[in-house]
This record gives sequence, structure tokens and C-alpha cells, in this order.
Amino acid sequence: MTIASTAAGRMATGRTLVEKVWDSHVVMRAPGEADLLYIDLHLIHEVSSPQAFDGLCLSSRTVRRPDLTLAVEDHNVPTDSLLVLDPMGKAQVETLRKNCAAHGIELFRLGDRRQGIVHVVAPEHGFIRPGMSVVCGDSHTSTHGAFGALAFGIGTTDVEHVLATQTLPLPRPHTMAVEFTGVPAADVTAKDLILALIAHVGANGAHGHVIEYRGRAIELLSMEGRMTLCNMSVEAGARAGLIAPDQVTYRYLKGRPGMPDGTTWERAVAHWETLRTDEDAVFDRVVRIDVSALTPFVTWGTNPGQAVPLASRVPTPESFADAQQQAAAHRALAYMGLASGTPMDSIEIDTVFIGSCTNGRIEDLESAAAVLRGRSVAPGVRMLVVPGSTEVRHQAEVRGLHRVFTEAGAEWRLSGCSICLGMNADRLTGPARCVSTSNRNYEGRQGLGVRTHLASPAVAAATAVTGRLTAPSCLPQRGTV
Amino acid sequence: MKPLLEHTGYGVALRRGDVDTDQIIAAEYCKRLTKSGYADVLFAGWRKDPAFVLNRPASSDASILVAGHNFGTGSSREHAVWALRDWGFAVVIASSFGDIFRRNAFKNGLLAVELPTPVVAELADRVDGDPRAKITVDLAGLEVRSGGLRHAFAVEARARQLLLEGLDEIAVTLAQDRAITTYEKSRGDWLPSVPNTPLRPVCPSTAKRRLI
Ligand code: SF4
Repeated sequence: MTIASTAAGRMATGRTLVEKVWDSHVVMRAPGEADLLYIDLHLIHEVSSPQAFDGLCLSSRTVRRPDLTLAVEDHNVPTDSLLVLDPMGKAQVETLRKNCAAHGIELFRLGDRRQGIVHVVAPEHGFIRPGMSVVCGDSHTSTHGAFGALAFGIGTTDVEHVLATQTLPLPRPHTMAVEFTGVPAADVTAKDLILALIAHVGANGAHGHVIEYRGRAIELLSMEGRMTLCNMSVEAGARAGLIAPDQVTYRYLKGRPGMPDGTTWERAVAHWETLRTDEDAVFDRVVRIDVSALTPFVTWGTNPGQAVPLASRVPTPESFADAQQQAAAHRALAYMGLASGTPMDSIEIDTVFIGSCTNGRIEDLESAAAVLRGRSVAPGVRMLVVPGSTEVRHQAEVRGLHRVFTEAGAEWRLSGCSICLGMNADRLTGPARCVSTSNRNYEGRQGLGVRTHLASPAVAAATAVTGRLTAPSCLPQRGTV
Repeated sequence: MKPLLEHTGYGVALRRGDVDTDQIIAAEYCKRLTKSGYADVLFAGWRKDPAFVLNRPASSDASILVAGHNFGTGSSREHAVWALRDWGFAVVIASSFGDIFRRNAFKNGLLAVELPTPVVAELADRVDGDPRAKITVDLAGLEVRSGGLRHAFAVEARARQLLLEGLDEIAVTLAQDRAITTYEKSRGDWLPSVPNTPLRPVCPSTAKRRLI
């Protein structure tokens, strides 16, 4: 892996994809001031919105564009039943329902066929299109960059601002190209690409930048893989991550609910085709990663940048260049209960979580099921499979994937954020060690004292079979375990 | 909001990098419906350790948190800012911040001040050596001062102006209503809108149980 030029000069006249999408949303621009940016779609959920609606109410303001606002219930929902038993979680869900009803906002609620994790649901129902601006009170809004949309997370005060004005004043971001060169091996997934990138640049390595992912490896990815990749842009510290739309994008979009057709579709595609970085455009920063020699990645520490190839060993803190990283590695090893030099594939786990807005889509479930088919979850290991949306759950059942999971001994659950974060009734207690297809391995993220290893769905499924971190290619032949 | 020109107070040093918002406030405490009342759950996991800096009696009235690099990385939860503010912090000084955290901080009048690593280290040594050492963060003059130490910092012009003048940002934007309306007329017809539709129940096999 190499870091290429850090071009600071701005001589070129061409524009990057990010700049094109940004510029097309500028309502007002004044020298030295933030741009006022128009927001095409505002996604909301029950956790980060109640105080925003309160603020709106207190100042007697209304929602400017309920028709550009979509609400989903996801963070608090348990995935074993449709009952939110926790009184505070229930109050959040009820508050969202009340607010949506009062302001005429569409809500995909628990029990609705369209409910699920907000970042899975919005693309699935055709609400995300190239060239849009999308915000949500949730950092993983970056997911939608997969469509060539400018999509980023905001806090509650900004949620209120968007509700009231449908705009946000924002400073222009820096641009960063991440070029994946070479073609990855068959067992290397989008999750491995992004973990390798974050390990390379660090958990804050793309700070202040919007990333454009480029290269052959990106063109080869499905929309779902692209969503996995863009989802974790924020874990590299980036504001957002985008991929230029192409035939893969259009094929995914065509025929989704509410999608334009006829000449409107043709005009839309003609516009989307212009959403490419010009030949002579200059990025503020360029990072190149050769993916041809990449192998599956997993995390060993307590931030997503602390990741290594699964075939390697837990690093020694001294192997890091600067003192801050060394101190962080010492703390991470202590929290994770790991010793330097331990082969990653000897680390035993007791819980497997397949789901989340990173890897809870149908292709992710397919990939896990392909590994599990004809195999069983190791004794003493608990495996939860949580579809990212009710629709994904339905698709999986049509394809019979649920039987693969249940026959292997895994739990087949309803859709929601589940144990991606310790917020709802699905929770783990320390010192559980979990291999998780989600996006954050922070201390206590999945419950107090819980140790998390991030991995792809295929690695998580292979790990379930052996009870220790395992690459699918290292599994014994079917029937022998 | 009241105009904010400068803040003077005592500091406390949190010598850790990459402090994520899940550490500042765990998800399970983000279920409250208010913007305040989070002091009790700030750094709840770490505060279980009696030796944790915020448990030191000498630092109980500190209002300036001197942190490491990449402070506030991770989730967009504004609860992290509310919790720091409720505890009594008016300023966080760090060598870098998570983007969304920094933005959220300014919107709530919590100054997130970025200084070079050696300056942050010097401040941390200073407050560790003398918890009664005063630090002044001058937003109007864009300078941090403590004893003989003086260092300039930069903040985004708009965020600074809103704080200095105590302006309501939404009101400022709403004054541009004409420009927003004009822009809206130029939006592409291929953009989605979200119709209001009735509940579509999940199929009975998926969930028979009663809803919340
Ligand atoms: S699945 Fe996890 S990361 Fe995604 S929205 Fe839910 S809690 Fe956030």
C-alpha cells in the first residue's frame, strides 16, 4: 500500500464528483462564509429527533418539507418480538409517532412491512438516487454515498435546522480520492476493503474530507458492497464517502417504488452520467491501495482502524510509529484481553452477530448462508442473524436462507439495529467476545465489557462454525465438522 | 443563546486519544427525551474506576477538559455534548475532534478548541501539576491563555459569529426564505418525495405478536 501525492494546488478547472454534487445544492454562497446547502432527503429515527421536534415546537415553527422527510423506527426495537418493553425506549418510539402524525411525516413503524434500519430501508424503497443530498441524525448516513449521493450524519440541533428550513449551512469539505488498484481475490469483500483502508489511514485519517472511492475494484462491487464501503467512511473520520453512479447503480434503481420512468428516467440518467470526476480535476488528497494481495481483515482493538489481516497476529504496541498510537494499542489490548503475537485465527469467540446497516442486506445474508450451508454453529457459540429490514427478512425467507441459519443452530430474528449497539433489548454482557459484521468495536459498544471483533459476514459465519476467528477458506470440508 | 465572548476556568486532563462518543455517553443513556439531565451518565463506564480523572475531588469544579487527539469520534449523538455541558464543561481542548462532535459542540455553546499536540500536552501537564491553574479561552480574540502560555486557535467563522452574537441559527437561515424558495423551484423532477401512506402490515407468518 502506498500513499500518493497530496496535491494542494487548485489550478485545474475540472471538478470532482463531490464538488459537482455539492455545487448543485448551494442555495447561497458568500465569500468566507459557509455555503447554505439544500437537503433533498431528511431521514429521521426515534433517538436523535425528539429534542429537535421539541425545539421546533417551542419556537412555533413548522416542518418545511414533510414530503422530503422519512421517519423509521430502528434503534430501540427488539428483534425477538415486536414489543418495545423498556419504558424509555417505548417513550422514544411513541414520541416519534406523535411527532410524525402532528407534522404529516411518513413513518415506517414497527409492524410495517417497510420497517428496518433507516440506512437499509431508504435505498431499498427507492428514496436514494444519484446526485442527491441526504442527511440523518446518524453518522452512518454516509451509506447512501454508494449511489453518488452526498450523504452525511448530523446532530440533533442540525436535525431541527433541517426540519425548519430544509437546508444546512456547511463549510466546503476537502476532497480525498481513495483509489483501489488491482482486482481483489474472490474471498475479499467490501468489508475487507474498508477495514484495510481504515487500518492504513487511521480512525481519523480522512478527517474533514469527503472521500470518492475509485478504481476497478469499486466498479466490480454490487450496490450492496458499495453501501458497506460507504457506510464505514465515517470510521475513517470522513464526513462522507461517494461512488460515481454507473450501470450497476441504474440497474439497482430501475423499477424501485416511486422511481421515475419513461422520459423522466432518461433525463435522470443523462444527468447522473455527468456525475463523474473530470479528468483534470484535482483532489486535495489521494490515497492508493493495491487490493490484489489483500486477504480478509478483522479488528483486534477498540477502534475500527485497529485491524489486521485475519491470517496475521495481534500486533505489538511498539510496532506503531507514534506514542499516541502505542498508548492506544496498550489500552486496547488490555480491554480486549489479548496478548501481542497471538495468531488472530486462534482467538476464541462466544457470540456471532450478522446484521446492522453495514452488513445486514440480502447479499450479506446470502454470503453468510453460503458458508453455513451443511455446517453447524460450534457448541457454546450463540449466533444471531438479524436482517437489516423487514423486506430483507422476507427476501431471505423466500430464498430459504432462514432455514440454513436455523438448521445450523443460529437465531433468525426480526429486523432492527439489535446488538450493533447496547440500546435495545438485544444485548450482550461482558466479558462476551463477539465477532460482529457491524461498524464499531468501541469499548462497551455492544454492552459493558463486551469485546468486539469486526469482520465480514463470510468470516463471521466461518467463525461461528469453529468458535474462533476463521476465514471461510480455512474451514474443513463440509460434513467433517 | 447568550452571547459568548470568553471563558475562564480550571482544567482537567483526560490523557486518551480517540475518545469516542460511546465512551462519553453510552447508547443506553440516549433514550431520554430532553436536552439536559445527562451529568450523571457522562463517561459512566470509566467513572466506575475511582482513579478516573473526573473522580478526583481536586478537579470537581473543572470547566475545561484537556483531551487527546480525535476527541468525540464516532456517533452523531448530540447527547455527548449535552452530557459534557451538564457536567459543567464549557470548553474541550484537543489536538483534533470528530467532525460531527465539533459541530454539535459549537451549536450548544461548548467550545471545541483545536490546538497543536505539543500545546495540548503542555496544558495537560500544567493542569495536572496545578489543578488551580486558570485557563482562559478567548473566543473574541481567538487565543488560549494560561500563565505564560499563549496560543492562537482557529474556528469556523460562522460558528464563532453565532456564538459571539448569541444568534439563533435557524432564524438566520429563515431570513433567506426567498432564496430557498427560488432554489426549490429549480429542483430536478427525478428527485424522490415521500408520500404519506397507510401502514402496510408485515405478513402474518413473520410476526403474529401485538405491537407496542
Ligand atoms: S445498525 Fe448500528 S450503526 Fe447502523 S444505524 Fe443502527 S445502531 Fe447505527
